[in-house]
Amino acid sequence: MQVKNRLRPFFENINFDRKDNELILNFGPQHPSAHGQLRLMLHLQQEQVVKAHPDIGYLHRGMEKMAENMIYNEFMPTTDRMDYIASSSNNYGFALAVEKLIGLEVPRRAKVIRMMLLEINRLISHLFWLATTALDIGAMTVFLYAFREREYLMDLVEDYCGARLTHSAIRIGGVPLDIPDTFLPDLKKFLDKLPQNIKDYEDLLDTNRIWQMRMEEVGVIPTELALSWGCTGPMLRASGVAWDIRKEEPYELYDEVDFDIPVSDKCDNYARYKLYMMEMRESAKILYQVMDMYAETSTELMAHAPQYISAPKLDIMTQNYSLMQHFVLVTQGMRPPVGEVYVATESPKGELGYYINSQGGPYPYRLKLRAPSFWHTGILTDLLPGHYIPDVVSIIGTTNIVFGEVDR
Amino acid sequence: MRRYVPKDDVQKKAYYTDRYWVAPQVPKAKVSSDKVFAEDLKAIKAAFKVFDAYIQVEQMVIYIRPEDNFGVLELMKNKLDYTQLSEMSAVDFLADRGEFDIFYQMLSMKKRKRIRVKCAIKKEEAIESVEKLFRSADWSEREMYDMFGIKVNNHPFFKRILMPDDWEGHPLLKTYPLHGDEFAAWYEVDKIFGKEARDIIGPEIRDDAAVDRYDTKRFARLGHEVPYGADISKGEPAVKTEYQEDDGVFLIERFEKDSSTVITDRDR
Repeated sequence: MQVKNRLRPFFENINFDRKDNELILNFGPQHPSAHGQLRLMLHLQQEQVVKAHPDIGYLHRGMEKMAENMIYNEFMPTTDRMDYIASSSNNYGFALAVEKLIGLEVPRRAKVIRMMLLEINRLISHLFWLATTALDIGAMTVFLYAFREREYLMDLVEDYCGARLTHSAIRIGGVPLDIPDTFLPDLKKFLDKLPQNIKDYEDLLDTNRIWQMRMEEVGVIPTELALSWGCTGPMLRASGVAWDIRKEEPYELYDEVDFDIPVSDKCDNYARYKLYMMEMRESAKILYQVMDMYAETSTELMAHAPQYISAPKLDIMTQNYSLMQHFVLVTQGMRPPVGEVYVATESPKGELGYYINSQGGPYPYRLKLRAPSFWHTGILTDLLPGHYIPDVVSIIGTTNIVFGEVDR
Repeated sequence: MRRYVPKDDVQKKAYYTDRYWVAPQVPKAKVSSDKVFAEDLKAIKAAFKVFDAYIQVEQMVIYIRPEDNFGVLELMKNKLDYTQLSEMSAVDFLADRGEFDIFYQMLSMKKRKRIRVKCAIKKEEAIESVEKLFRSADWSEREMYDMFGIKVNNHPFFKRILMPDDWEGHPLLKTYPLHGDEFAAWYEVDKIFGKEARDIIGPEIRDDAAVDRYDTKRFARLGHEVPYGADISKGEPAVKTEYQEDDGVFLIERFEKDSSTVITDRDR
């Protein structure tokens, strides 16, 4: 039975209250190409957008509030739910921030494994971006191909940590597990095929007339605007600024590997698309080098810092002091020093930053999540006016926003 | 006696604290130890009052007066090459000292340096918008208002961003409980069905660990577990239910329930 409620009946999508022929189109929050819960109020003159007003908050879970009520290790699985397309990147950003706060040095093997996970996540994210954006534009074939490759990578991550989407594969102070024996051969098999796969996507899209028409000269973000809106990652690099945190403020082993930062000064959708493709090749390059590093590392996976990090499982099971330490760390949580830290890492979407204010307690006093997609959504306000409705879809596609991290 | 719970900070507290334990500090370095930061600080100090400045975890932190925020950021953007405002928000210190700390996280891509500009404002004070310098502050300041209730002057479009427009309270305040307050529990009921439906529907259950063992609608047998093989029919005759099409499905062999064996002995 329909229960009577107070919600006034209204026409879902079209506001008939017209003023000088201006139409207000309500795009989303449930729109297949809104990439999540994005609601866009578009003021239209004919088919042209004159004013855009993104409305967010439909996926707001209050992660910053949750963080204030959780011990540091407890918050790790929650970070998965930010950018759920590349969850290890979020895990890593948080782990690194806490490590910087404590002043921990992570064992080299853990660094190597983290690098592998980060780059695999970047590939997963970029493949997912390519698939969904191509699907938005209408290229179903690319969607299926890109998802096939993404599936192999997810299998690899599953072999490592057992999870496919929300990995929680990184711990504060290192990584929980060593990679299985099959991991490196499988990864190599995948990477050997990847260039051909990327070439296949490019053959389908690069000179495709529809793709070019929807992408070229559409969604032009001038450098000034990109900087002003705090754009990072491919969004900024496609606007002519060569800024990649992996290169400029290297963390882990990024200063030891050789890779390039693709930049474009075209500023449009097509430039962003090309950057994603080139970045996938660079990720593969990094992965090859990191795979070679693995063999020379010793077997430690977690940093030794009894005040903050539990001992290895073997010690916990055999040594009394380790067991006591572990018990205290699990029940009460670690208490990092008093101070604050802002750590930025280059997630597939851009600059993922964690600001942690610790007052010496087991719970962060304040944790601010700086998610790149938040500003990449905000820029739609200035970017969309002047474009036509079909362009709105391709622009949202190339901004690569994920609502888990916009709303947090 | 009931345990005392402070009303000005209802966030989770450590259940065990050692009264002799002194929390260590994240080391702070002098600004003079870094040439680039030292010059930046000199330029800022020449025009504005700086209460304190130090380097912590590779980044400089400076404390300024809240009314100088626009001026300092303008100087940093135009003269010192800090072209990006990566992040800005507030920290609630109302319980400790009746103030909010507002921080602006600045990035210079040319110098590869980050500076955190901080200022403290009292509870009812407002701060000047820096949206004219950095468009990214448009959304950040809205979020700060939404989460803390800090008013921002001269903002072009000042309203809530994450919470609904008609929400009461600001969720990131330390006085706001994790599971929401009275308003939050009744928000949807009041809005959709009206206050008169409160008795019928009840408040929203915001305790994620709540289990209503007599709730037969949602988790039918929760709390009514019975041993394996127990008769749960309560004397009602069994109804023969067939879920497959009578003619079977193409390529799928029909499941014959009667000719199959049900294993009852678990230790078989």
